[in-house]
Order: sequence, then C-alpha cells, then structure tokens
Amino acid sequence: MKIHEYQGKQLLKKYGVPVPEGQLAVSGDEAMEAAKRLGGVTVVKAQIHAGGRGKGGGVKVAKTPEEARTHAQQIIGMMLKTHQTGPEGQEVKKVWIEKGCNIEKEFYLGMVLDRASSRVTVMASTEGGMEIEEVAAKTPEKILKVAIDPAVGFQAFQGRQLAFGLGLPAALTNKFVKFASALSKAFMEADCSLLEINPLVVTKEGDLLALDAKINFDDNALFRHPDYEDLRDLAEENPNEIEAKKFDLSYISLDGNIGCMVNGAGLAMATMDIIKLFGGEPANVLDVGGGATAEKVTAAFKIILSDPSVKAILVNIFGVIMKCDVIATGVVAAAKEIGLKVPLVVRLLGTNMDLGKKILADSGLPIISADRMDEAAEKVVKAIQGK
Amino acid sequence: MSVLVNKSTKVLTQGITGTTGQFHTRACKEYGTQMVAGVTPGKGGQDFEGIPIFDTVRQAKEKTGANVSVIYVPPPFAADAILEAFDADLDLVVCITEGIPVVDMIRVKRAMEGGRTRLIGPNCPGIITPGECKIGIMPGHIHKPGPIGVVSRSGTLTYEAVYQLTELGIGQSTCIGIGGDPVNGTNFIDSLKLFNEDPKTEAIVMIGEIGGSAEEEAAEYVKKNVKKPVIGFIGGMTAPEGKRMGHAGAIISGGKGTAKEKIAALEAAGIKVSRSPAEIGKTLKSVLK
Repeated sequence: MKIHEYQGKQLLKKYGVPVPEGQLAVSGDEAMEAAKRLGGVTVVKAQIHAGGRGKGGGVKVAKTPEEARTHAQQIIGMMLKTHQTGPEGQEVKKVWIEKGCNIEKEFYLGMVLDRASSRVTVMASTEGGMEIEEVAAKTPEKILKVAIDPAVGFQAFQGRQLAFGLGLPAALTNKFVKFASALSKAFMEADCSLLEINPLVVTKEGDLLALDAKINFDDNALFRHPDYEDLRDLAEENPNEIEAKKFDLSYISLDGNIGCMVNGAGLAMATMDIIKLFGGEPANVLDVGGGATAEKVTAAFKIILSDPSVKAILVNIFGVIMKCDVIATGVVAAAKEIGLKVPLVVRLLGTNMDLGKKILADSGLPIISADRMDEAAEKVVKAIQGK
Repeated sequence: MSVLVNKSTKVLTQGITGTTGQFHTRACKEYGTQMVAGVTPGKGGQDFEGIPIFDTVRQAKEKTGANVSVIYVPPPFAADAILEAFDADLDLVVCITEGIPVVDMIRVKRAMEGGRTRLIGPNCPGIITPGECKIGIMPGHIHKPGPIGVVSRSGTLTYEAVYQLTELGIGQSTCIGIGGDPVNGTNFIDSLKLFNEDPKTEAIVMIGEIGGSAEEEAAEYVKKNVKKPVIGFIGGMTAPEGKRMGHAGAIISGGKGTAKEKIAALEAAGIKVSRSPAEIGKTLKSVLK
C-alpha cells in the first residue's frame, strides 16, 4: 500500500524523524493561508503517489504567500506526468505547503528488504535527489549498505559507519545516528516495505531534515494497522482493483484487450505470458484464488467485463479446492446475467473437469472450450482477430 | 527414493480445527500420508476423525512421534506457529499460510538460524513424494512416482507442470513448493542440492518467477555443482515494472528481477528454459537420456 508524502512525513514525525513544518491545501486560497502561517519561503508540492514530481512541474518554490497561491492553482487539477504515472498522468487533488530551508548538501537514505539475506538493508548515498536505481546502475560504489539484525535492531555503530562513509562532518554524526535509528524503528514498527528519504538534507544551520518521504506499507501487515485505512487514497487506485479487493480477489490491470480469469499467482503470470507468445495482449488478470465460490467467480466476471477495453475473455483455471463444476456454474451464471458480448474461451483442469466441461457445453452459450493452455491462448487470440 | 518426506514421515497439523486445516488433513490422510496428530491450543484431548488433538506441538511430538508439521493457521498467528514447531525440534515445518507480514518472517528466519529444523514456505502448496507422502494442498491425483525432482515458487503453475509431466508418462521423485513470499525457508539452492544428492532423481524442473535474484543464484549453483539435467521456466515475462503480481515476492523493482535476466542466467548455466508454460513437460522430456 502506498501513501502520500505528507502522510509519510506525519508518520515519521511520530517516530522522531525531523521533517520540515508543513500544511495540506486543496485550493489556492488554502495554500496562501498555509504559506502565511508558515512564513518566509515555502515550497508547493503536488501530492500524488508517483515519484519524479519535481521534473514533471509538480514542485515549486514560492517567495510570497501570493506566489504560493498562484503555484497551487496551477498544480491542483493538473494531470501530472512523471516516469511512474504512465503517459496519461495522474490528476493532482491536493498540495503540501512546506516551509523552505537552506540546503547545504543533499543525501539519500533508504530502507528496503534484502531478499538474499532476509534482512532489512539501510542504504545511504551522497547522490541525494537522484533516483537510487540510477545511482545503483551507474555508480554502485556510491551506495553504502548496512543490514539490520532483527534480533537487536539498528545499532549506533552502523549509523556511524554510514555517517563517516558519507563524509558527514563529525559534529553531525550523532544527529545522523539518531535520524537513521528513528527511521529504522519506523520501518519495523509501522510494517513498511519501502522507506526512502530522498533527499535527506543538511541545512546551513547544521540540521538534518527529511525533505521528502516515500513510504510503502507491507500489504500482508495491514491487519495490525487498522488506522492505515484512513491513509488510503482511493483516487490513486484503479477502481477495478478496489472492487476486486471487496471480494477478496486479486486484480491487476494491464494495457491489452484480453481479460483473464485465473487461479494462483504463478498460473496468472504464465497465462499472461502465453497470450503474448501467441501475439495477444492481456487487458487484466483476475486471480480468483484457491477457494473461490460460484459467487466469487460471478463477481470476478463482472469486474473483467466492466473494463471497456476487454474484447475477449480467457478463463484458465486449475481446480483443486475449487472444483471445475463450481467454476463452470459460476461462469455460466455470470455470462447469462451480464449478457456476454465478447468471445469467451474456457480451459478447466482438475477435479470434476468433465462435469465442468459438460455444464459449459450444455449452457447454450457460445463458449469456446480448450484442453491445453497453448490451445486456449491461441483460440482467444484468434477470436479477437475474428478468425 | 525421494527427498525430505517419504512413507515413514509422521505429520502433525497445526490449525487442525479450522476449515482449511480439516479439509487438507483429510485429503492428505486419504492420499496415504501418516497424519498422526493435530494441534489447536485449548482443544487438547479432542480428536479430528480419529486424529488426536493436542494443546502444544511438544505434546503432540512426544505422544505420537510426529517429525514434520504442516501449518494452516491464519497469518496473524503463523509466525508464532512456525516458532513453536521449531522449538519442538521437528525435522521439517511446512507453512502453507499466505499473507504473513514480512517483518514477522524476517524475525522467524533469524530465530531459526543455526537450528536443524527445516522450513518450507510460507505461502506455498507444500511438498509431495508421489505415492508415499503428500503434505499440503496440491492435488495428489495428478502426480505419479518417478525420477523427476520439481521445485517451484508457484502453486497452480506447479500443478500445471506436474500435470504435463504425468501426461507424458514421466513421474516425479518429490515436488517442493518453496512459496511465493520474499522471505522463505528452503530455497532453490537447498532443493537443487537435495535433488542432486538423491540417487533416484534423474532430472530437475525448476519453476521460477519475476522478483528477487533467487533464480540467478540457483543458476550459479547449478553451473558449479549439479551434474543432472535441469530445465526451467520463469513466469512473468510480460509483467510490468512495479506491480506486485499476486505473490508478494513477484515484483520487478528498479529494473531488477526481470524474467529476461533470469532466463539469461539460467541458460548461461546450461539450463534449458521453456518459453511457453505449456511446454514445460516437453522441454524436460527433451533432456532425458
């Protein structure tokens, strides 16, 4: 789960991470009021989940409250395009007005799971403000890393290793150790899957500040943070993905025109791959999971069909707990209820598969049946081409 | 022969009174697995269809001689369940539960370091030695005893691969589902090592997917150590960057963990990679002597 920069900063503040003072605004007037209250130079920052906002024109410095209003009026409502939003961009609905600071130097500090060691890795770099992936590709030696031992947590010596490695003045070492300790505490306790401060700045006054905050939460841990539900911004999420979540289904939207209903993540990916091998493009993949009922299958079908780009549907299910006749019943019920207008290819395998096939064949619906996975992919691609 | 589990394996179910635990304990028992005990705190003394239930894993092990545990408890309690099985010094813990927080698994993994108990999973279908012992949620009937070791990060895609093998008349020695989470117990390398040392395993199928670098590390291991033929498949060739593809671990981040990189690494290690998920069986057949 992703959250906005301002939400991330508010969370980090609770853990003792120093962040600039700021205020949220949804209009030019509110932005002006906020800038007046904060005083001095302010920064107007678009709040969308994607990164790269500055380059896209979503971050602007204002010398006066009036200027903050002008910037906010420009930014709110714009379709902000960054390398992470896709070509259509993401609409900006709110801005964060933040007190400006005197930047002496910028750094990068991030935390993420290192899968190879099964530990959280703290990464620091002198290349603040740059995309860390770019630094990793071009100058990997500029990224310093330490791993957190979960038995004891982040240690002060690790903070010193990073501080001296970054070439921070000795006077700032303790401040940095405190900063990184607070950040790692936040990572573990708040169940983050990604925490990035880019840039972390040293001010001319000799303070450390988190000038940006990017936080993703571990979806698996949401059960122990019911308060995160308030941080969710539905405007930033795909409406079909939200609908799928209600039925405990996993939905992934893609750019093509073939809707896919599959069970299991591995088979879902393999189904996407094989469609592409036969020259097709998946529009979405809906994973109905292991224990889906006929009701779930019906819901899944409706979600797939509500995507106007879907021109054909492929159902590829290996029925284990979910028996093939149950799936077939769900498919037929949904197709009849909605009034199927696009070609439908079904491949069922597993328990009661013959019974499932019979239900499909006897339904009176123009369902195309397939036995093998490649046969199913070929048939759905041909159906879309009208062959 | 086989790896890790066989007909003498004695299994206890943690979470035996839940719907999932009941359903699969019954199915595994019907398959022929020795399901000797169940554990549900507070329900000790009861039984599930003749299988005695205990309050703790230690009691269950002491009274029944169980040496392997399978876990179906819900995510908030799963890390605790794994550690209880570890504390009871079992040989193997198979955790089926999907959705355990990463931070929990980081701690579990650290706690199990240096111990002798092996963990398979979490978020996995389990392990099966066809004809002898099925532990987990895979459909038993698609398997067939034989010489092929299968190791996979996926569930249903593994069934697909096994189904293809069995259709071609090729049986399996043992199939290990290592799970789709970013932090797991037994990995590809552990499984490849077991299969390489198992005299009855003649060839190995390895099914990976996008995210992380476990496949690349496994390829390196195969190149140096494995003398048997290995074939592979990588799911997610067409997955877009930054999207979690169902499995918590299946995500391309920062341009890393792509199928393309993984396929290149496998092929550089002499592993034949099937481009189509429908041809995993055929690809394996092509490398058999």
